[in-house]
Parts: sequence; C-alpha cells; structure tokens
Amino acid sequence: MYVIPLLGIPPQVLFGQLLLGLINGAFYAMLSLGLAVIFGLLNIINFAHGALYMMGAFCAYFLLNVLGIGYWPALIVAPIMVGIFGMILERTMLQWLSGLDHLYGLLLTFGIALIVQGVFQNYFGSSGLPYAIPDELKGGMNLGFMFLPIYRGWVVVFSLIVCLLTWFLIERTRLGANLRAATENPTLVRAFGINVPRMITLTYGLGVGLAALAGVLSAPINQVRPLMGADLIIVVFAVVVIGGMGSIMGSIITGFALGIIEGLTKYFYPEASNTVVFVLMVLVLLVKPSGLTGRAT
Amino acid sequence: MPDASAATTTLLTVADLHGWYGESHILHGMNFEIRQGEVVTLLGRNGAGKTTTLRGIMGMLGRAQGSIQFEGHEMRGLASNKIAKHGIAYCPEERGIFASLSVEENLTLPPIVRPGGMTVPEIYEIFPNLLERRKSPGTKLSGGEQQMLAIGRILRTGASLLLFDEPSEGLAPVIVQRIGEVIRALKAKGFTILLVEQNFRFASTVADRHYVVEHGTVIDMIKNSEIGANADKLHTYLGV
Repeated sequence: MYVIPLLGIPPQVLFGQLLLGLINGAFYAMLSLGLAVIFGLLNIINFAHGALYMMGAFCAYFLLNVLGIGYWPALIVAPIMVGIFGMILERTMLQWLSGLDHLYGLLLTFGIALIVQGVFQNYFGSSGLPYAIPDELKGGMNLGFMFLPIYRGWVVVFSLIVCLLTWFLIERTRLGANLRAATENPTLVRAFGINVPRMITLTYGLGVGLAALAGVLSAPINQVRPLMGADLIIVVFAVVVIGGMGSIMGSIITGFALGIIEGLTKYFYPEASNTVVFVLMVLVLLVKPSGLTGRAT
Repeated sequence: MPDASAATTTLLTVADLHGWYGESHILHGMNFEIRQGEVVTLLGRNGAGKTTTLRGIMGMLGRAQGSIQFEGHEMRGLASNKIAKHGIAYCPEERGIFASLSVEENLTLPPIVRPGGMTVPEIYEIFPNLLERRKSPGTKLSGGEQQMLAIGRILRTGASLLLFDEPSEGLAPVIVQRIGEVIRALKAKGFTILLVEQNFRFASTVADRHYVVEHGTVIDMIKNSEIGANADKLHTYLGV
C-alpha cells in the first residue's frame, strides 16, 4: 500500500495511535460517567473507583479460571458482583458520611482503594495475569488505511453504546428524573415519598458496576493487574474535572475527546503524551473552574 | 379523595410537638388539630416556627418530640418518605422546583401514594400555563408559574392533607388572587389544607380557622367567621 509520510511517520501509526486513544477514551468515559453520577447524588469523590475497575477485571479472571465462566457472561456477572460489593460499601460506610465535607469521602474511599489494591497485590503480585480475547473477537480487519484488531473495535463500539444507554437512563426516563431531582434536593424528594437512601445505594452500585464493566473490557487488552486502576484513575479524575462534575453527556464526550487528544499527542509529540491531559485540566480550570459542561455551584 | 361532608372527623392532631434545628430548640409544644375538609392556617411572625411545624409534620427535622397523629396513625419518628406514603403532601416555601427537570417531569415526580389523586390533564386544566411550558426546564418559569407547579405537583399523588408554606409569598396581587381561587377549588374537591401564612389578608380569604403561632407554640385560635371581632387582637399578635 502506498504510504504518505507525515512528519516522517506513516499514517498507519497515526491511526494506530488514534485507535489507542479511542480505547483509552472509552475507559475514561465509562469511569468518569460513574464518578459524575456518584458525585452528583452522594457528594462523594469516589477514589475507590480505580480499585473497583480492577476488581471487575479480576472478577472476570476468576470467573474464567475458577468457575470456567467465559467472557460473555462475565460482561454481565462481574459488574453485578462488584456492584453488590459497592452497595455493601455504601451501606456500611459511605452512607455515614452524608452531610460531611468532601474530604471525608475522599479519604475514606482512598483508604478503601489502598486496602483493596494491597490485598490483591499481596496475593497476585504486581505483574499482570493474562486474559485471552474471546474467540469470536480474535483477529483483525484490514481497513485499507489501517489494521483494526476486532477486539479493540468492539471495545470502542460497546463502550459507546453503554455510555449512551446510561445517558438515556438518566436524562430521558422517569427513574433518571428521580435521580436528577434527588441530586438537587434529596430532602424534598424524600418528602415526596421516594426512598432516597435506597436510590443512593443503587446509584452507587450502578456507578461501580460501570467501572467493573470497563475492567472486564480492559482485561484482554491490558492484562489483569492489581494496580491497573491506580494508574488510570488519576487521568480519569482529570477528565472529570475538565468535563465538569455535574454533566453526564459532558463526561462521555470529554472522556472520548481526551483519549483522542492523548493519542494524537503520542503521534505528534510523544514526550507530552502523559501530561497533555493535566495541562488541559489546568487551562480549563483557569478559564472555567466548574469544567467545560459543569453547572456552576 | 376524602368526602367533604365528613367535616367533623379529625384528620391531623399535633400534640405537644417539640422540634429542633441542630442545637436550637424551635418548637416548644405545638398543639392544634385539623378536621377533614378544612383549610386551616398557621399565622405568625417571621421565625415563630410555622415552617418548622410543617417540616416537623413531614419528618424533615433532625430531632422532634411529641405526637403527630394522622388518620389515627402516629407519624412522628417515621422517615419522611413513609409519611408521604400515608397521604400527606408538602409544598415548600422555596417551592423546590428542580432545575434539571422539565415542567412535566417536575409535575410527575412525586409518586402516587393512594388512588383518587387528580390526573395530569386535570392539573393542566387548573394551570393552563404549565401545559404551554411543559417541555421547558422547571426554573425557566416565572415565580407565579413555579408556585403553580409546586402546588400542581402534589395534587396527583392522592394525598388528602396538603401542607402549603406561604404560597402567596413574593407574588403579584393578581397571581395571589389566582392561588386563592385554586385553594378554594381544592377545598371544594375535598382536600384538607394546612396553610402557613404571613399574609393575613390572603389567609382570611381561604381559611376556616387560624392558629396564631408565637415562639414555637400556638397561643390562640380564631375562626374565620369571627375575624372581624378579633381584628385588634390579631394586629397585636402579628404586629402589623
């Protein structure tokens, strides 16, 4: 195939980086979506999100290697199991923090993250455990301008669908209206007869389930490692800050966009690829402290 | 819907209700009752404890003592969502319209707790403005429209006792008049209404009886029919 060199680098590399950026963006979007929903209703900056994402990947690993349950059922089972773990955390610990300063929730969830990661590291070390790509998604397609591994294409498309479904659930359904209202004024919503504490628990479970789902999706790409979430979560928080805490669609768009920007930076100026998100965060905070799509509070 | 003719049964009895906001003791033993189908007001100066009483009935105070009997059931100590399920609905002073919800979403937010509430078309019939603006975000409405939405929203649920906190506050006289008509229409439909008011003139156009509240207790009860004879007394109470 004829190759047009751009800055001396073949375009396959550019598209490769773009795809990598899109995949990272998909994980950013799914994680920041959950963080935004949790922050909205619980007022908790959920630092345990990365650890819960990691638990999703480990859950898929155990399902396969202990119970022989494969990738497809794991996509459903792992988020539910980790979601239930999250709901237990909320009932036993997080619920007592309501009404307190953000700092308490941040410290508690940070502590939970350290404990969970520490336990997994103790048993599984720091190196990755392999998780095979399911047979149906092995191989790749030559698109002419680039080679697309099918699994990676699947991750991007599936994440996008999950994000849009979550958006629909929150912005367009009755259940979502209850959630939005409770985010604004939980006391009044409760006085209307809605069981807000139960809604808070389920919402935390939903956010955690999304993180676990992202973990399952990433297992065949990034391997299953105890610190896989710790590396990711810092960038995800920057994404949330840039997008603005309050907005669902904002989180989705910002997640994908920043993944792409990171990918492009890897292509054009690789030295900055690890910092570009944080530089953008600083710029956004200078211009619009509530984030690009956030409502000023 | 409660039967308006059964106006002799007591629907709500508040006895020796004490209430606190944090450390400050606001309610010092409130005593009053409301019979089915009545419109009753709590009148009093700013800070007398009227809003706190409504929040106390709704289970929204951090700490409360005493008794709140609704249809023979004790409400005090129940979570506010349970109290709403018994058939009490609350329209707060700040209106509590949700900015991230459309007018229609705001209207249909409170769940139906009992059969017999009004339907959405019936509510739009009373408040035609809301129908026109039903897709707009709740807070894009004018103050009067927001108040109508806050009232309309609790008519769907089938609650028989409605708690209104200063529905006339900050509204133009023509809107206040309209809200007065609505309250009289709701009474005619058989709703029982507890109204917190500072605007005594407005209260006297809708209510059957008035409880005067001062320093967190009820200090007097005046029937609306005897309000002329008690005008001087009321002026002293309310300091107007």
